[in-house]
Amino acid sequence: MARKLIYLLPIAVFAVLAAAFYAGLGRDPAIVPSALIGKPVPQFALPPLLADKPGLATADLKSKPVLVNVFASWCIPCREEHPLLMHLARDGVAIYGIDYKDQPADAKAWLGELGDPYRRLATDMEGRVAINWGVYGVPETFLVDGTGTIRFKQVGPLTIDVIDRKILPLLKSLAR
Amino acid sequence: MIDEIGHFALVLALLVALVQASVPLYGAARDNAPLTAVARPAAIAQFALVALAFLSLVHAFVVSDFSVSIVAENSHSDMPLLYKIAGVWGNHEGSMVLWVLILTFFGAGVALFGGNLPPTLQARVLAVQAMIGAGFLAYILYASDPFIRIVAPPDGNGLNPLLQDPGLASHPPCLYLGYVGFSMAFSFAIAALIEGKVDAAWARWVRPWTLLAWCALTIGITMGSWWAYYTLGWGGFWFWDPVENASFMPWLAGTALLHSALVVEKRDALKSWTILLAIVTFSLSLIGTFLVRSGVLTSVHAFAVDPRRGVFILGLLTIAIGGSLALYAARAPRLAPSGLFAPVSREGALVFNNLLLAACAATVITGTLYPLFVDALGETKISVGPPFFNLTFTPLMVPLLIAVPIGPMLTWKRADLLGAVQRLWAAGVAALLAVLAGWYIHSRGPVFAVLALGLAAWLVVGAAVELAERLKLFRAPLSESWHRALHLPRSNFATALAHAGLGITLAGVVSTAIWRVERIQTLHPGDVVDLAGYAVRFEGVVPHPGPNFEGQRATLVVTRDGLPVAVMQPEKKHFPVANQDTAETSIHTTGFADLYAALGDPDPRGGWVVRLYYSPLAPFIWFGGAMMFAGGLVSLTDRRFRIGAPARQRARAAVEPRPATAGD
Repeated sequence: MARKLIYLLPIAVFAVLAAAFYAGLGRDPAIVPSALIGKPVPQFALPPLLADKPGLATADLKSKPVLVNVFASWCIPCREEHPLLMHLARDGVAIYGIDYKDQPADAKAWLGELGDPYRRLATDMEGRVAINWGVYGVPETFLVDGTGTIRFKQVGPLTIDVIDRKILPLLKSLAR
Repeated sequence: MIDEIGHFALVLALLVALVQASVPLYGAARDNAPLTAVARPAAIAQFALVALAFLSLVHAFVVSDFSVSIVAENSHSDMPLLYKIAGVWGNHEGSMVLWVLILTFFGAGVALFGGNLPPTLQARVLAVQAMIGAGFLAYILYASDPFIRIVAPPDGNGLNPLLQDPGLASHPPCLYLGYVGFSMAFSFAIAALIEGKVDAAWARWVRPWTLLAWCALTIGITMGSWWAYYTLGWGGFWFWDPVENASFMPWLAGTALLHSALVVEKRDALKSWTILLAIVTFSLSLIGTFLVRSGVLTSVHAFAVDPRRGVFILGLLTIAIGGSLALYAARAPRLAPSGLFAPVSREGALVFNNLLLAACAATVITGTLYPLFVDALGETKISVGPPFFNLTFTPLMVPLLIAVPIGPMLTWKRADLLGAVQRLWAAGVAALLAVLAGWYIHSRGPVFAVLALGLAAWLVVGAAVELAERLKLFRAPLSESWHRALHLPRSNFATALAHAGLGITLAGVVSTAIWRVERIQTLHPGDVVDLAGYAVRFEGVVPHPGPNFEGQRATLVVTRDGLPVAVMQPEKKHFPVANQDTAETSIHTTGFADLYAALGDPDPRGGWVVRLYYSPLAPFIWFGGAMMFAGGLVSLTDRRFRIGAPARQRARAAVEPRPATAGD
């Protein structure tokens, strides 16, 4: 009898598959929320880019709400969002930067030209840490609360709209 | 007018398929020869009708008849002829017609060249084939009619620029030839279950069809990966994307099927497992079609996202796969195994191969569908990336690859493992040398990558040693070796070629993945970048217009130690009709390494983002794939199943009454 049952195994597996396919139909595959929202930030430690500014590690993200911005000097949209970051920094928002797959000299020249909004600035030359953060491409910006949990993620450049409607209200509610 | 004829031909083809799916089945069951004989002319007629429909579609694209909806959506009068034709399958509706065309092509092949098959088996195979055909023809007519007319717009929308590439123009036909080719193995399996008989002769008939499908899929995947490498502009060649996995799963299962059918053919064992593999391989091809067509999984490739189609295809899948697996559950227990063998034997090695390949396929399925399951259970959407596959796939591949050269060294039934391994000493030495060389060149690299290079050498030299053993090379006089070479079955050369190709591909994959050097920088004219010992000077960017796009072409002068190496000219193209950009990479290859350049966006200060990669052994990836393909082709010409050689077949039939017994 048990031998016979083995032959039923393939069709049982397929039944489960078919049910999952049916459930999967009709859902919009274009909506891809980040798996990391509501999760703690990944374990990592990155060296500093600049001599006079500290790098970034998991432990640094557990004291207060901050924005973590992933950027690169070769990324044109990053140039677009940069003035917004400068604004936020001037308004007192803590921003930490991760420089992604970049030559340190290029990144330094870039910051020299456009200004440096970051309180901490790490370099991820290999892009390995960015993978753990689930980064698709640069720029991406994460909002991390005081307990080291990711609360919001912006894929692509920040916009005034996103800052006013999502980031600033969230920061305000977290500060309370 | 021509389009209406094409549409009508599809309707007729569906009717013919329905007759072909039912009448011969009844005839075979009732021993009614005239009804059984309906299968052959029906299969040929079905092919002719679908071919007529396909040709009228090609005609509509070639003459740019924009009153046909899919022509208006996917073609443009400015496009070169090649891409007008490729546009036929560069869209959902047309690609489904191509799918059915290939299906009926195989059916007609069995009808024309399957004269040596027992008439009832042939009729049943063709009936099963027609059931699949009827399902997909109904799907085309109901949910994706390619001949829908519209009021002709002045000009078309143009083909997706990413698809306007010679590699991609020929990629889907190859892939489909592979996917659909496995339908033959499936139809043979179902027919065998209906007949209740699987024997060596059955395996011998199934194998060439499976081989043909496998060859097409191998070259299709190879070309797809090459296409991704040179057009996507990020230096990668495999992304574990659901659509790539959709072609890789049937490949893994099909590779297992090829090997297990060998055991059925030679030793009359593993029958029920081989039948299951045949069903699973084609099921995976169908699921592959489903994944791409229905949009249940997020993928950059999906170009037809339509739930109504999804429901229809899911219905087809459930009938085809569920039905065949139910038949399997009912009939397979009666397929008693007959050939016994010891664990250490050629059969044992092939079982080992099958277990690991099946596990590999299961891993890829799990990784591909896991997000779907999580989603179905109401959790959040997740995506499973390359880290999962690298972590799970590698441990399964390593023992498999170690075993590859050993398997062919073992004898059937009972073998001497130690003796086989001893005869591979040369391969072992080569592997060791490769490890040492890798260690010397890349002392910084991870240990497992260096070991993987050793594994690649083990595969390549192991394949050579196997051939040398059979030819008694260096042991017997050269004339005797030559004589043996002339008489050695071609399948032995095929095995060596395919296994060595696997090693070559492995070497390419590992060294590209681990030792690739990458530079992404904003460059201004005159800037020099150092890339793995090469100096790359950026000269600037000039406009370079084309027939249906606006191009920007960069010039990079590559030198090494002051000596000129190459001038590379990556381009960035803007297609105004589709309002889309594509990157034309520039690749300079030495055969052992690739220099790879892609042009990115300009910054407002006169600089351009340039991506440069140095990928050691990258060409090996596709060269190895081509070798595996060649191995499959050589095996197809093996005299055992040189199809279309009736004289020999008749001669064999005379000495060897059916059903053929084990061995050869």
